[in-house]
Amino acid sequence: MSTQKLKEIINKVLPDVETVICWQEGFDKLNVTPIFITSPEQVDKVVWNAACAQNLASYLPAQKKKVGVVVKGCDSRTIVQYMQEGLIDRNNVVIIGMPCKGIISKKKVQKAINNEPVEEITYTDDSIKVKTPSGEKTIAIKDVCPSKCTSCQYPTPVISDQLAADAIQSDKPADSVYADVAELEGKTLEERWAYFAKEFDKCIRCYACRNACPMCVCQDSCIAETRDPHWVTQKLNFDEKLMFHMIHALHLAGRCVECGECERVCPMEIPVAKLKKKINKEMKELFDYTPGVNPEDKPPMFVFNVDEAKIKEHKL
Amino acid sequence: MADKGYLPKEKIKEFVEALGKDAAVYAPSLEGDTIIFRQYTSDKEIALDRPANTPPKGAIYPQCETLLSFEFKKDEATPQKMDIELKTNLDFPKAVVFGGRPCDARGFTVIDRVFINPEASDPYYQKRRENTTIITKCCNGPYAGCFCVGVGGGPASREGSDVVMTEVDGGYYMEAVTDKGKAVMSLPMIQDGASYEAKAKEANEKATAKVRNPFPADSVDKVSPELFDSADFWDKVIAKCVSCGACTFLCPTCYCFNITDEQAIMTGERIRTWDSCMFQHFTLETSGHNPRTIKNKRFRNRVGHKFYYYPEKYENAIACTGCGRCIRYCPVSVDISEIVGYLKDPKADPAQWAAEKKDAKN
Repeated sequence: MSTQKLKEIINKVLPDVETVICWQEGFDKLNVTPIFITSPEQVDKVVWNAACAQNLASYLPAQKKKVGVVVKGCDSRTIVQYMQEGLIDRNNVVIIGMPCKGIISKKKVQKAINNEPVEEITYTDDSIKVKTPSGEKTIAIKDVCPSKCTSCQYPTPVISDQLAADAIQSDKPADSVYADVAELEGKTLEERWAYFAKEFDKCIRCYACRNACPMCVCQDSCIAETRDPHWVTQKLNFDEKLMFHMIHALHLAGRCVECGECERVCPMEIPVAKLKKKINKEMKELFDYTPGVNPEDKPPMFVFNVDEAKIKEHKL
Repeated sequence: MADKGYLPKEKIKEFVEALGKDAAVYAPSLEGDTIIFRQYTSDKEIALDRPANTPPKGAIYPQCETLLSFEFKKDEATPQKMDIELKTNLDFPKAVVFGGRPCDARGFTVIDRVFINPEASDPYYQKRRENTTIITKCCNGPYAGCFCVGVGGGPASREGSDVVMTEVDGGYYMEAVTDKGKAVMSLPMIQDGASYEAKAKEANEKATAKVRNPFPADSVDKVSPELFDSADFWDKVIAKCVSCGACTFLCPTCYCFNITDEQAIMTGERIRTWDSCMFQHFTLETSGHNPRTIKNKRFRNRVGHKFYYYPEKYENAIACTGCGRCIRYCPVSVDISEIVGYLKDPKADPAQWAAEKKDAKN
């Protein structure tokens, strides 16, 4: 139903923009892939379902003309953060908001069906029915959603020009957002080190996490790759892998909009978003700042105050 | 030495440990939900039920290897003189790649043509390759993105393998393909396998029938040079690419590398690491000029290398084994088989793409 409304809106927006960025079916039923719509004939390909995971707002800074973009609640925070950092011109973006009750994690679905190939999927509001060679299985979306959905505070986009469905209120407690970080904080230093050592050792330095990150603005000039100066070695030992991830996390301090793309795209299934969430939690506690919510906000790392309310350096 | 045998599933660990007596065994190991080829140790859990996230390429062609190490030495008598001592190591242990898939094994044959040939061979790769026995598990069926039958392979292809094993009746029917493979078959865990041969053949045929061939029967063998040269085409098919290196680093055939000197005052190493044509630095020249500044050109190179330039140089061999990893793990589900399909279309027409009549899954 909302797919129909979405298509209607895209048709209405299309004459005023260069392209509308949306989702279409991918190489199989479990995958969607971005589509850059330039003509009305393409609008029929548009899909909206729980597989629409990709954060399409990430494409915005590279666009040269006025474009339309379809965003979920979580993705919309990217746009607000771009506005705060002056990375896009708001007048050049038509935001089509898609209220969302939760998406699926492809990796979790594959695990739930024993990694069998997917033949058919039917999507309903809160569940998916997956057909594999060994039969059909109905899975609740809440059982296979990425962790960001289980604590989602913004099911309805925080900024939009059009809404393709009725707005939804979050029913998740606000303190659930950093529950996973708090759990990790409860562990001993040794336990935490063991956890990260095991996870980051899987890294292959493909930089999918960096390139899919909407807030990683250096991209081709990333410190991890520059050869002159040669800041970070090309070696593949654990220290170098961890170094890259620490750099990524620190560069996102108070900027990470928690869209979870880094973690979603990791081919080695490393929980790379954990470090970033931890830093965001610190930023929240120190500066009472949530990235990507209010376009008028200034990211705390972009401003300097002699006396920060919660940092008492002069009274040490 | 027998060239056919049967290995019960419960003997896998024992078999791998026996292989490990005089060789480093690389096996797909389960770590969390990820399957990675790691050197086997008894604490590792071998996972054969689905293809590993990474190919076993690194066992023979490591993602990072030391080509030589160097040390500057001062001459006490003439302090202004500095000598440099170089050391190389080509003494690689025997190795076994166990539990890769037929597409993974075929991947090595693609690299072989480049790294082992009469004109110039790479001693590091060649030595490791000669020292390695490849024991491959045939696939029971396709996984998301797989298209091996479209590029001359199949779920039971033997190319590049020394032994192939097919899942039958609670175990694996094993068949030696080379003499290296026959040597493995003499291990005591391998039972008589003749009675499983017919069943294995049937299972392999069934699996082959299930794999998709993305290229229709009327597809041409060579890609259309006109469409390949069309910027409009690449603009449309690749607008969504985020230009990361997941596709190339997970590829069983990508072999491009970078060489850097990693130095700490008086000592250092010259290392070779995998590089990716998807990265901007890949073609950055010393002068500062870069022939491939935009992702379209970089992606075009990746497709061209596998389906255009490589076949031209190596008697029509395709440098892709259809393992599907680049499709399966792509952040935005770019499908290389879809793109090559347009290029192999007998009616491929750049004008159509320029006129915006064509709208790929872009």
